[in-house]
Amino acid sequence: MGVSLYTTFSPSTSKGVNLTVARERGQLVFLEGLKSAVDVFFQTQEEPHPLQFLREANAGNLKPLFEFVREALKPVDGGEARWTYPVLLVDDLSVLLSLGVGAVAVLDFIHYCRATVCWELKGNMVILVHDSGDVEDEENDILLNGVSHQSHLILRAEGLATGFCRDVHGQLRILWRRPSQPTAQRDQSLTYQYKIQDKSVSFFAKGMSPAVL
Amino acid sequence: MLDSLLSLGGLVLLRDSVEWEGRSLLKALVKKSALCGEQVHILGCEVSEEEFREGFDSDINNRLVYHDFFRDPLNWSKTEEALPGGPLGALRAICKRTDPGPVTIALDSLSWLLLHLPCTTLCQALHAVSHQDSCPGDSSPVGKVSVLGLLHEELHGPGPVGALSSLAQTEVTLGGRKGQASAHILCRRPRQRPTDQTQWFSILPDFSLDLQEGPSVESQPCSDPHIPPVDPTTHLTFNLHLSKKEREARDSLILPFQFSSEKQQALLRPRPGQATSHIFYEPDAYDDLDQEDPDDDLDI
Repeated sequence: MGVSLYTTFSPSTSKGVNLTVARERGQLVFLEGLKSAVDVFFQTQEEPHPLQFLREANAGNLKPLFEFVREALKPVDGGEARWTYPVLLVDDLSVLLSLGVGAVAVLDFIHYCRATVCWELKGNMVILVHDSGDVEDEENDILLNGVSHQSHLILRAEGLATGFCRDVHGQLRILWRRPSQPTAQRDQSLTYQYKIQDKSVSFFAKGMSPAVL
Repeated sequence: MLDSLLSLGGLVLLRDSVEWEGRSLLKALVKKSALCGEQVHILGCEVSEEEFREGFDSDINNRLVYHDFFRDPLNWSKTEEALPGGPLGALRAICKRTDPGPVTIALDSLSWLLLHLPCTTLCQALHAVSHQDSCPGDSSPVGKVSVLGLLHEELHGPGPVGALSSLAQTEVTLGGRKGQASAHILCRRPRQRPTDQTQWFSILPDFSLDLQEGPSVESQPCSDPHIPPVDPTTHLTFNLHLSKKEREARDSLILPFQFSSEKQQALLRPRPGQATSHIFYEPDAYDDLDQEDPDDDLDI
């Protein structure tokens, strides 16, 4: 199951996975942030809406959003869960900052999601955060570093230092933060370059793009 | 020095970063304390108890007392399981113990506490805990208290980090190069000058500390013994070198404005025959020499 915020759900398929069918089966739970945000303002809600913080002057915490995530992960009818090892996809956290939520409140939300998804249900989480780059954004830096410290694996996608290239779209730096791995590599970080294709991404070592070899 | 950090007591600040994480060093120091027979308390706010205990064998795990603030730190589930008083309440409760033995408290992490509590409250609590052995009016002798605090440097401004740093007896800043971790240790002993030292180390899978020499110098790519260094002064169209005579002449040159004793004597001693100076003038054909003084009519 997955929850994805703030992208419009188009029935495009990735290789071998039909997201529309998954949604119908209940395997994929999609919170469409844009549509939901409109509902908060124009429809009366009995129980707190996941995006309730949009209505509040001082957005204290994201507890209603976390309650939504926890409800979505509960097995239907109190029986056995049909799906094992859930994955929570968050796209993306930086939007929450620009909607007025404080960095610490977002970090607390991620903490609680981690406790439920990763620890209780033995699942995984994938979170997208934008790096503010050259712009000095203290709140975004706290959010980015806070989430990085909570992560076991960090994937940093950045453009090439030399500029735009048609055949190499960017560079991906992989940083492992999990200690106590008996087979831990001496080099805890690796860098690959990549090219985004229609339904997949191809990776190659630096300077080894097929276009330049 | 890294393996004797806890012998001094007080607050030990472990400063880590995203690139060089500090939890494995924290666990290694916790293991060391447990093996020394000390009572070890963990205030776990960032990782679950299972994740923290992972990698320790059972006799170490039996000595660790884990206070769980990971599952529901903000009491969102509104159950009765939440520990009263929060993390600081638990910290004070540990210190009110009657057991006189030494105790180690690991805070995982100080950053979590700093983000959720006012800095002054946290500093006061840490000061009270780490200076407990000088508490007056307490009849029972209290053992040494060591507090290990994990701090994620990038999350805080210089003010709070500076405040915690001034409270700490020892500060360990983690860094590294080429996949090898290093710890820069700054130690403040009372009535002595602070000492600092850099120690290269690695943590083994069972969380024992392996002290090492630094990364090998040969791995630097810049010095290649097969390519001789190039002298840039060869093959020039102009001469940059001085011959021996030229060098001697240059060294013996006296600069015109250099005031030496010879020059001073020459100025003080007036030379004979030069009381007045003469100007020799050859007039041109077009010069108009008028012997009258044009300033005669001025009444000065």
